[in-house]
Amino acid sequence: MARFIVRRLLVAIPVLFGLSVILFMFLRLLPGGGPAEAILGQHATPQLVAQITAAQGLDRPLYVQYVEYIGRLLHGDFGASFVDGRQVATTFLVRFPGTVELTIGAMIFAVGLGIPLGRLAARHPNGWIDGIVTVISLFGISIPVFVLGYALAFVFGVELHWLPTFGQIDPRLNVPPVTHFAIIDAVLAGHWYVIDALAHLILPSIALGTIPLAVFTRITRASVIDVSNEDYVRTARAKGLTEGRVNDRHIMRNAWLPVATVIGLETGALLAGAVLTETVFSWNGVGSWVVSSIQNHDYIVVQSLILIFATIFLTVNLIVDIGYAFLNPRIRYS
Amino acid sequence: MAAGTGVAVVRAAPRASRGLWRDALQRLFRNGPAILGLIFIAIFVIGAILAPYISPYDPTVGVLSNNLKGPSLAHLMGTDLLGRDEFSRVLYGARISLTVGVVAVIFGLIGGTLMGAIAGGAGGYVDGILMRVVDVLLAVPGILLAIGIIAWLGHGEIQIMLAVGVSYSPIFARLLRGSLLALRESDYVIAARSMGASPTRILLRHMLPNALTPLIVQATLAAATAIIDVAGLGFLGLGPGDPRIAEWGEMLTDSSRFLQSAPYLILFPGAAIVISAVGFNLLGDGLREAIDPRLKR
Repeated sequence: MARFIVRRLLVAIPVLFGLSVILFMFLRLLPGGGPAEAILGQHATPQLVAQITAAQGLDRPLYVQYVEYIGRLLHGDFGASFVDGRQVATTFLVRFPGTVELTIGAMIFAVGLGIPLGRLAARHPNGWIDGIVTVISLFGISIPVFVLGYALAFVFGVELHWLPTFGQIDPRLNVPPVTHFAIIDAVLAGHWYVIDALAHLILPSIALGTIPLAVFTRITRASVIDVSNEDYVRTARAKGLTEGRVNDRHIMRNAWLPVATVIGLETGALLAGAVLTETVFSWNGVGSWVVSSIQNHDYIVVQSLILIFATIFLTVNLIVDIGYAFLNPRIRYS
Repeated sequence: MAAGTGVAVVRAAPRASRGLWRDALQRLFRNGPAILGLIFIAIFVIGAILAPYISPYDPTVGVLSNNLKGPSLAHLMGTDLLGRDEFSRVLYGARISLTVGVVAVIFGLIGGTLMGAIAGGAGGYVDGILMRVVDVLLAVPGILLAIGIIAWLGHGEIQIMLAVGVSYSPIFARLLRGSLLALRESDYVIAARSMGASPTRILLRHMLPNALTPLIVQATLAAATAIIDVAGLGFLGLGPGDPRIAEWGEMLTDSSRFLQSAPYLILFPGAAIVISAVGFNLLGDGLREAIDPRLKR
């Protein structure tokens, strides 16, 4: 098992190395001049360009700059935003909790509803329940996050006034930011403010979780049908086990494997989907930060965020692979 | 002798595949949902082509005094902030959204096929290097890669096609390489090799035609996600950026401001995106079942 983990870790290193080279060059190959011009944007004057070039050593050979860049990255220094001058790492720690909450909310929705729906559909393949579930999952993968987000906001926010559609928590509650996790901060603030934070999380989670919901439903359905046709399931029924026991012990235990893999893979997709969801619901997370940074031509932030997202994505994949190897001993030795 | 047999093999291949394809097409046309998907796609393609003839108003000219009016007989989908006819704008938007989405997938398909064919065909260190490139591209999740590329290339239709195409190419490359690796040990490839066919000939004549079918299915399904991704980029303000004729996603930008007063401005372009994506998803699923009937349960 340890060897497997080490091997998988070693695979991630060249990927991150390659990505860091591309992102390093990204800033230096931007159209419209060198990195100093890119950093300064519209404010570029010859004096300022010369000043930045000298201050950041942009006139030195590329490999020297690259080694320095990597050195800074390894110390957690991602540079500073050009727009507000704050360290990327500082803002990241403020905004990342919001994205984590949203991702967890979406996952709970997608897994909690997708797996039961998939099992339900697999009970009678091509029956009417299966038909309905298939149509739901078809729409789930066909509806853009932002269209669904606005539809939900219109129905449950504008028309019914049931749920908030803006931000993480009602600003009038004046919840002091301690951890920057809106829910945890609300719990710490007391007064049952946590209910308000949870209410804010519902619609964005559904919007973001719908694509994974459709994917999990489909994969669970296919996997359960697959396993149900196995000989050992027939044997289990033949020896008189109850249907519930056959389901839990013989079908689900084996059907879980592909489902678990897809759940891990979708986590990365959720991070990317958060870009759109956070924009729709004015969610103060990393996704909406990507969007505002691009609009502001804040390339240092864009560069750093892509690298951070990729690192998170690779880490999640690694955890999934290890978990998978843990669940399925056959993988470890291949 | 070797040349003679080689010709025989080549002649046999298209005859067999023609039969296979005709069977697959027959199954496709008997598949209700796939036909429905084709109809959805056809409606938008015809609407996009005939837009200048069937749209009731000029999509670029608005009557300001008549803005933000709900759907009526005069304006089937209402009017937007500038008083432009929403129905005409959705029709013209189809031209951009569908073209950009489909061409992006074609770009991705070309890039992915090249990478996958070279990697799977050459093997060795070429394979190793190309697959690491694919790993790097896959490490940046989904639309984020496209966002980064547009930040770099700037706005415009071609830029979006390239950005979305690049973000899809690693998926195609992996898929094709996987099929090629599996085919390398198949009997007919070994037979062709033993008769002295060159590696390039084996790759192009024997392996690629057989490895392309899963790629076609994947490309059809990718067209659905590409239309959604392109709309997402437009929504974020990274669209083609032509203020006169908007792409469907761009039409939804800032729509939160009108959520209360004019929800139909979200409904109609949104429905257009959903229906065309449903169309490509149904067609893709139908193609998959038609090509590999064992999948149908």
